[in-house]
Amino acid sequence: MTDTAQTNTVDPAEISKFEAMAAEWWDLNGKFKPLHMMNPVRLDYITRQIAAEFGRDLSATRPFEGIRLLDIGCGGGLLCEPMARLGATVVGADAAERNIPVARIHAEQSGLDIDYRHTTAEAMAEAGEQFDVVLNMEVVEHVADPLAYLTACRMLLKPGGLHLCSTINRNPKSYAMAIVGAEYVMRWLPKGTHDWAKFITPDELFDLLTRAGMTPVDRKGYVFNPILWSWSISEKDLSVNYVTASVKP
Amino acid sequence: MDNPARRGICQGMAQDQDILIVGGGLNGPALALALAQSGFRVGVIDALPIDTRKDPGFDGRAYALALASKRLLAAVGVWARVADHAQPMLEIKVTDGRAGEGPSPWMMHFDHAEIEEGPMGFMVEDRHLRRAFLDAMADAPGITQYAGETVTAQTVDATGVTVTLASGRTLGASLLIGCDGRRSGTAERAGIRRTGWSYGQTAIVCAVAHEKPHGGIAHQFFMPNGPLAILPLTGNRSSIVWSETDERAAQCAAMSDAEFLEVLKPAFGSFLGDIRLEGARFIYPLNLTLANSFIADRLALVGDAAHGMHPIAGQGLNAGLRDIGALAEVLSEARSRGEDIGSPIVLARYQQWRRFDTATLALSTDAFNRLFSNDNPALRAIRDIGMGIVNALPGLRRGFVREAAGLTGDLPRLMR
Repeated sequence: MTDTAQTNTVDPAEISKFEAMAAEWWDLNGKFKPLHMMNPVRLDYITRQIAAEFGRDLSATRPFEGIRLLDIGCGGGLLCEPMARLGATVVGADAAERNIPVARIHAEQSGLDIDYRHTTAEAMAEAGEQFDVVLNMEVVEHVADPLAYLTACRMLLKPGGLHLCSTINRNPKSYAMAIVGAEYVMRWLPKGTHDWAKFITPDELFDLLTRAGMTPVDRKGYVFNPILWSWSISEKDLSVNYVTASVKP
Repeated sequence: MDNPARRGICQGMAQDQDILIVGGGLNGPALALALAQSGFRVGVIDALPIDTRKDPGFDGRAYALALASKRLLAAVGVWARVADHAQPMLEIKVTDGRAGEGPSPWMMHFDHAEIEEGPMGFMVEDRHLRRAFLDAMADAPGITQYAGETVTAQTVDATGVTVTLASGRTLGASLLIGCDGRRSGTAERAGIRRTGWSYGQTAIVCAVAHEKPHGGIAHQFFMPNGPLAILPLTGNRSSIVWSETDERAAQCAAMSDAEFLEVLKPAFGSFLGDIRLEGARFIYPLNLTLANSFIADRLALVGDAAHGMHPIAGQGLNAGLRDIGALAEVLSEARSRGEDIGSPIVLARYQQWRRFDTATLALSTDAFNRLFSNDNPALRAIRDIGMGIVNALPGLRRGFVREAAGLTGDLPRLMR
């Protein structure tokens, strides 16, 4: 594991941007409103993939009991808390230090036991930690070296483990929607949240995942409907936000 | 990190129930059954003991259940318990009438034969529905009844809601739901204000037995002082909802049964032969009351607690059951995603789904009533012609029939 175990694939400029936003994580009408709006479809995808991979019944009480899950870039815990509520044993990791106390305080208020750590995927991989599920949501477009980062994610999985990775496509539409639309017009995200050149197409991501030693098994789009003002999952439209599932052989 | 003792305490075990419902009338039990079916632990609080609520005496009250409502009752296991006591409503005849002149020649006629789903609705007496709900709750795993208990206080914190009962007992849950009617104490304690107005009308509700069979036909006569609805019950009986001016209703309330019958007969007409009263007479002042919000911190309002509307089209219970279908769907989806069911973002989905729909319905039944509770000859002519036009256009009429059957709009899964 020494081959890729660098702890510095996170771009320091990116971390400070998120630190400034950390306290606002749980404000439903604050800066993270778009994430809160998107969270139901993210959770739909995540829960269904985990249920299918590990043969769990989502209508049961605590269906993810016994599953060890890591959320990389956990932020304020928007995904960790639902996963813990469903019974998973959850570790939330974030490279932005200020997110950790925010997430911890909120989990305590919610009566949930979640292990939040200020660390990176690379450091955890180096320490030999392993999980059944790794959630890697809206992170890969912010890292300096995506291949090294995804290789660390693969090392964090047990054999047969599931890796769910979402990001933003790179094309004129995604530029218009994610940067001009979300950051400038709607002011959903602070200006400068995203750097378009770092966006990755679905084919490029499948290629990166394969090179990192994982087997891609699924990809879907998250589509925002401005009339219904809500997100949905699409089989075909991966033109802006999309999510992938891959497994460690 | 994974101290099992801590996990047990941490993850919700301290709460008595997942969800507490205040109100054990009709909406409360229907919601409790739908939620228990989705795997929630539900507590139902009601001021009356169960035996009192089960009292089988006929009190004259009955509900027109739309087809969509029947589907929801079937989905939660209640319909089979009331089916033998349900009168299918096969046709609805709406007539503009003026006392002493008989019905005008223009009328609207809605026939279930125009839609493929079956009868537009069913008339079920209050007593049968109540008993069916209570029996179903007793049989349902996951429902605890706190009967003969009233809520004296409710407090909310980040993890949940705590309710204090008059007995001194406290109960904790993730979410509190007010099904406690148009004077909802649950809403009041949460500081939710209401908007509304009185119509200056009072509904007189009773049941009559008549000589001739009604053929499953519901009648609505629009009289100058307010509408008179004659709704078919099982056997040769009908339920009456007669809206009158407050003054006139007060006079009627003071009358003996025999005197009241003499007043009712000319309005009712003779098409069903001789009539006599069955059960008690009820008086309900008509007012519209909309909660300014259907949700608050860890709280949701359902049925009349959210929207008490004019009972002109029998839509009160049907609208409540739609709330229930929507709320149960929102909460069970949230649960399977691992979301906090009491969080504002989850409850906002319920409010978004229901608030527009119910406000529209409440205001349109209001406008409908204002248009018809009027004896201006010009208005009378316009509405007569309007009715004639509706009646002459099958497409428009089918639309009305589907609306009456509750089949329009964004239907909750339990109603499809």
